[in-house]
Amino acid sequence: MSKTSSNPATTQKSAVSKLRDLTRRPELGALAGTVIVYVFFSIFGGQEFTALGGLSAWANTAAELLIIALPVGLLMIAGEFDLSVGSVVAGSSVTLALISGYWGLPLWVGIIAALCLGLVSGFLNGLMVTKTKVPSFIVTLAMQFGLAGLTLGSVRLITQTTSISLAEESIFKEMFGGKFANQFENAIFWAIAAALLVAWILQVSPYGNWIFALGGDITSARAAGVQVEKTKIALFMATGFGASLVGVIQATLYNGTSTSGGQSFVFNSVIAVVIGGVVLTGGYGSVIGIVLGTCTFAIVNQGVYYTGWDSDWAALILGILLLAAVLMNNTFRRLALSGGKKEVKKNV
Amino acid sequence: MSKRIGTPLLKLNKVSKVFAGYRALDEVSLEVYPGQVLCLLGDNGAGKSTLIKVLAGFHEATTGTLELNGEVTAFKSPKDASQAGIATVHQFGGTFPLMSIGRSFFVGAEPTKGKGILRRFDKKFANETAVREMQALGITRVTDGDRLIGALSGGERQAAAIARAVHFGANVLILDEPTAALGVKEAAHVLRIVMQARNRGVAVILVTHNVSHALTVGDHFAVLIHGAKADDFAKGERTREQITDLMAGGEAMAELEKELNTLTGSVEKIN
Repeated sequence: MSKTSSNPATTQKSAVSKLRDLTRRPELGALAGTVIVYVFFSIFGGQEFTALGGLSAWANTAAELLIIALPVGLLMIAGEFDLSVGSVVAGSSVTLALISGYWGLPLWVGIIAALCLGLVSGFLNGLMVTKTKVPSFIVTLAMQFGLAGLTLGSVRLITQTTSISLAEESIFKEMFGGKFANQFENAIFWAIAAALLVAWILQVSPYGNWIFALGGDITSARAAGVQVEKTKIALFMATGFGASLVGVIQATLYNGTSTSGGQSFVFNSVIAVVIGGVVLTGGYGSVIGIVLGTCTFAIVNQGVYYTGWDSDWAALILGILLLAAVLMNNTFRRLALSGGKKEVKKNV
Repeated sequence: MSKRIGTPLLKLNKVSKVFAGYRALDEVSLEVYPGQVLCLLGDNGAGKSTLIKVLAGFHEATTGTLELNGEVTAFKSPKDASQAGIATVHQFGGTFPLMSIGRSFFVGAEPTKGKGILRRFDKKFANETAVREMQALGITRVTDGDRLIGALSGGERQAAAIARAVHFGANVLILDEPTAALGVKEAAHVLRIVMQARNRGVAVILVTHNVSHALTVGDHFAVLIHGAKADDFAKGERTREQITDLMAGGEAMAELEKELNTLTGSVEKIN
C-alpha cells in the first residue's frame, strides 16, 4: 500500500494490520449479511431458490432497487435523505405511458420526458434544501406527496382512469424493459453500469472526497472550498434520475403503468443502503456495501416465496436486519471515533 | 521579541459587527504581524468567535475596515479569506472523523492524476503528503494516511488541521480554542506546534480563555469584553492576575471574591 521512499517513517503494512483494518470495515458486516440470508434461503427455499428461476427473481428485484439505492446512498453519505423516489418512479412511468401510450408519440420522446421529470424533481429538491435550509427529510417528503398528488390528479383529468397501457414495440422498449436468457431483466445491465459509475464518482474521482466531506462536517467542507450547494443539487438530481430510470424500466417492462406503482422504493432504498453499511448521519459508506445491502434485501424479499411461508415473514426478517445493521454501524462509528486510539498505542 | 515593525500582515481598523441591533463587536482595532502569536483573550460571549468569523470571511464587518499587507480588503466569503492565506482551525480540528487522514487533508483541494475523463484522486500522494506534513510538526506516531481521523487523539487532530493550513500556505493561522478540549499533556503538545508554525513565519491568532496557555506562547495580547477591546499589551507588560481580573470583569471579580470569602472563609483561613 505505502511503498514510499520519500517518507522513511511510513512502513509497509503488515498482513495482520491489513486484516485488522478489514475486520473494522462495515462492508464486512454487509457481506456477512448477504451470505447468511443466502444460505438461510438456500436451506429453507430448497432447489428452486438456488436454481436459475430463484436467482433471476432476486437479481431482478436487486437490479431495480440498486439503480435507486446507489444514488440514495451517495446522498446519504453526503448527509441528506431523499424520500421522494417513490413518486418519481410513479410520475416518470406515468409520464412515459401518457406521452407514448395515450398520445401515441414515439417511445424515445416519452423516455426523455420521463428522465427529465426525474432530473427536474431532483433539482427542485436540491434547490429547496440548499436555499431554505429545511431538512431534506421534510423537503423530499413534501415532494413525495406533492408529486404523487400531481401525478394522480393529472392522469385522472386526462385519461379518466388511473392506469395507462403502453403497447409500442421498439428498440427502446427492448433496451429498458427487455429480458435476456428468458427471465433476467435488462435492468441488471443498467444496475451494473450504475454501480461502476457511482463507484468511480465516490471512490476514484476527486468529487468523492467532497461527498464524504459534506456528510462529515459541512461547515469545514464549505470553509475548505467545497462547492456545497452545487454538489448537493447534483446528488439530488442523481437520485431523481435513478428513480425515473426505474420508472422507464417498469413502464416498458409491464407495457403500462398505474399511478400507485413504485412507492415501496422509498423505504426499500433506505433499508438497502443502511444494511450496506452507510452511516445514517453521513460521512461514511461504500458502493460495494450498497450493492451487498441491496442483494441482501432482494434475497429476503424474494426468497421467502420459495419457503412456502407467508410473505409477511420477509418484512420481519428485514426489520431485524435493519436494526442489526444500524447497531453495527454505530459500533463501527464509535470504534472509529475513539477505540482506534488504543489499537495504535499498542503498535508503538 | 515582539517589536512591532513594518506593515502588519493583517490589520483591523475599528471593526464593528451588529446583529439585528445587537453589537457583537464594537470598534475593535488589531494588528497581526508575521512570526508572532497574537492571543485573543476573553470570557464566553466576549465576541471572540464573531471576531474570528469576520477574519475568516464568514461574516462581513458592519463598519470598519480590514487591511491585508497595508491594502484595504473585504472578505465576501470564507473562500476569499482562505485565498488571502487566512486559515481557521476550530476546537475539534475541523476535520472529518470518518475520513482517512489523506483524504481529509486535501478536502477542497484534491490532488489528481490523469487527464480528462480519467482524472482521478491521487490517494498515494495525498496520504504521503499528509503523513509527511504531520510528522514535520512532530506527530511521529502517525505513519499511515489511510487511518481514519476519528482514530487520532484530540491533539493529533489539531496537529492535522494545523499541518493542513501550513501546507496550503497560510500566512495567518486562526486557532479557535485549540487547547480547550485537551488534557494537560496534549495541550502542551499543541502549544509546541503553535510555536513551530510561528517560527516558520506564520502569524498566529490564538483564541483562548486559558491565560496560562496564552502567556506561554503569546507575543502580544488583546482582551475583549462585551465586544470591545478592553486592553492590548505586549508580552511581559501585565501579570497573570491582572489579565485574569480583566477578563472576568476587573473589580466585579474582586467583589465576588470578597463576598465568597464571607460565605466560606478566606483562602488563608482554610489553609
